[in-house]
Amino acid sequence: MSTATETQRKAPAGERVADWADGRLGIYGLAKANMRKIFPDHWSFMLGEICLYSFIIIILTGVYLTLFFHPSMNEVVYHGSYEPMQGIRMSEAYASTLDISFDVRGGLLVRQIHHWAAVIFLAGMFVHMFRVFFTGAYRKPREINWLFGFLLFVLGMFTGFTGYSLPDDLLSGTGVRFTQGAILSMPIVGTYISMFLFGGEFPGGDIIARFYSIHILLLPGIMLGLVVGHLILVFFHKHTQFAGPGRTNKNVVGMPLLPVYMAKAGGFFFLVFGFIAIIAGIASINPIWALGPYRPDQVSTGAQPDWYMGFAEGFVRVMPGWEINLWGHTLVLGVLIPLVLFGVILAALALYPFIESWITGDKREHHILDRPRNAPTRTALGVAWVTIYFVMLIGGGNDIWATHFSLSLNAISWFVRIAFFVGPVLAFVVTRRICLGLQRRDKEKVLHGRESGTIKRLPHGEFVEIHEPLGQGQLHTLTAHEQYKPLEIGPTVDENGVERKPSALQKVRARLSRSYYGENNQIAKPTAEEYKEITSGHGHH
Amino acid sequence: MKKLSARRRHPLAAVVVLLLALAATGGLYAAFAPAGKAQADETAQSLAIDEGKKLYSVGCASCHGSGGQGTTDGPSLVGVGSAAVDFQVGTGRMPAQQPGAQVPKKKVIYSQAEIDQLAAYVASLGAGPITPTGSQVDPAGADVAKGGDLFRTNCAQCHNFTGKGGALTNGKYAPDLEGVSPKHIYEAMQTGPQSMPSFPDSTMPEQEKKDIIAYIKTVNGDESEDPGGLSLGGLGPVSEGLFGWIFGLGGLIAIAVWVAAHTAKAKKS
Repeated sequence: MSTATETQRKAPAGERVADWADGRLGIYGLAKANMRKIFPDHWSFMLGEICLYSFIIIILTGVYLTLFFHPSMNEVVYHGSYEPMQGIRMSEAYASTLDISFDVRGGLLVRQIHHWAAVIFLAGMFVHMFRVFFTGAYRKPREINWLFGFLLFVLGMFTGFTGYSLPDDLLSGTGVRFTQGAILSMPIVGTYISMFLFGGEFPGGDIIARFYSIHILLLPGIMLGLVVGHLILVFFHKHTQFAGPGRTNKNVVGMPLLPVYMAKAGGFFFLVFGFIAIIAGIASINPIWALGPYRPDQVSTGAQPDWYMGFAEGFVRVMPGWEINLWGHTLVLGVLIPLVLFGVILAALALYPFIESWITGDKREHHILDRPRNAPTRTALGVAWVTIYFVMLIGGGNDIWATHFSLSLNAISWFVRIAFFVGPVLAFVVTRRICLGLQRRDKEKVLHGRESGTIKRLPHGEFVEIHEPLGQGQLHTLTAHEQYKPLEIGPTVDENGVERKPSALQKVRARLSRSYYGENNQIAKPTAEEYKEITSGHGHH
Repeated sequence: MKKLSARRRHPLAAVVVLLLALAATGGLYAAFAPAGKAQADETAQSLAIDEGKKLYSVGCASCHGSGGQGTTDGPSLVGVGSAAVDFQVGTGRMPAQQPGAQVPKKKVIYSQAEIDQLAAYVASLGAGPITPTGSQVDPAGADVAKGGDLFRTNCAQCHNFTGKGGALTNGKYAPDLEGVSPKHIYEAMQTGPQSMPSFPDSTMPEQEKKDIIAYIKTVNGDESEDPGGLSLGGLGPVSEGLFGWIFGLGGLIAIAVWVAAHTAKAKKS
């Protein structure tokens, strides 16, 4: 720009476009602030990306499906190309899904990509959520983002459920009937909600159209907003990282967004899309043509919801069919209790960060992740939750277990009932012990080095194994975690001899805090003195 | 006529009338009775019954009793008909290997000729459903769509949407219908083996049974197509979820690990 000739020369096209956009959107400032944003590198940090990309894939394929799907329960007689349904009366929704599967170009593939992506989206969110849980990444300042993620998981469940119901096939109709039963079990309001939702008696003629607007507009709209919020908060908080040399609570060690992560994330999107497309090209999902149209007088065995609703199905399947009849009203505990448990189990997950920070009294910011073994109580609680969840999945698929493992259906139900109570306790105890064992092993490694497998014979005939000392970096990584003290109630008598009575709540809190950070609940990490003492004098022993 | 009317008060007149009436009834019965075929090859039939009885004494009598009257270990076979024998022995369920919640399908140990002899013997114990003929069970030309509708109304509760089978209480189950011959499906509907209810021709006419057989052969036979790819057992969301977790998410995590392992590292090590 120093000479007149240079200024007159036209700038390259890219620069001109960028300049044009900057004049209207102010992108230079945004880009400058964010292009060099640093992200740490770890495969488990890509779990969220799997979810994001499968969500995008679901939206893209979903748009295509809406072009051909008729969300109507009007009855039509099928005359499409699928022979075994010729002349069968069915709803327009079911008929149009058959058309998508057999008569729309690419329809079946897109339907299968859509459905497989949904199954993988939910599974990805589950694993992503537990990555965050077990590494303690939900701690301050990320509690809100934990809630966003939790809401995405729950809304994803319901979006999936409404989508599964849209084809109006015999399987999904049974699922809708099941849901109506759950709604009816709610005391007082149940019947009203059911009549409102279905526009009258089940099944009515409205539910598919209503689920359609919920499935394609309401829920995905909210989810899209939450996803954007989730990502903005990730940017704002910066990504967490595992402990390591040079990494502190105040920095982020990694690669910049541009060009490294843009390229990586962009490439990974296509890998995810391609992989899901391959899965959808290989394996059938929800073959509605084999299921038949929904008719309230028909039902099939082996009717399950998609996996993410399976634990709710499990609760209902194994719950004894209790009911109370009082003053002409029936309280169906056999369904109501599972419905309540469904909410409680999910709420426990949502509230855990707040419960933990209350118990431990830890209100500081955390940007360094915990290794699961260094938080034994949290890890054990998480495993106990997952145990309940998977035990209930067994309950939800009890008939498939029965037929494929030659077991008695009733025996499986009893196993699930008992395991619901015993399983999480067992899982808690075992997990905590494993965590403490791993802490001991870390301590051993820091103090005595790694077992090299080399056996040396000493001059006086003794055989010893050579332990190789760890490098400085590894020593740091293994001892970087902080160890906390449990909350104390404090002296009950102050210096003036006045007695103070701690409240019951304070006592409970102190007791819970001990269960996190008490003496028996974490292994004191090796101190620098211990390390020096052992490594200085007489070497290994 | 005079002769007749003169003797109508004869002491033996009643006997003569009775004899005539019996002869007429017997003659009419012989002429119209369903066992017409049995008469035609009476010797072959009785030979088959004899042979069947011998086989029965060796293979079946220990549980069903020496005369098919049943014992504490096995039900009476009087009136079960040849169709039941053809189904139970023809699918290998009988003779049973061991008592249990349900007698499973297994290797057939009798030849079809022997099964026919056994069936003839058991049918001789009392009338029951008769083994269907080839044309009775042939699904050619049947209405598959109607069969599907009938199947979902009458069969899917236990056998699943496409006859993949399902669990019943206490270890009992409705078996997978893949590979079951049309004759055996027909006989099962007629006789209602084990936990299955029976669907006699009075409630489900022959044509409807054929429609159902045609539907099963279309969706769960050797030549049935899976337009969507691997059917994953045709078991619905449970196997789909398992596949999605293990191969879908598992594969994606493997890719994520691969991508993370092949990147510019922030730290030189």
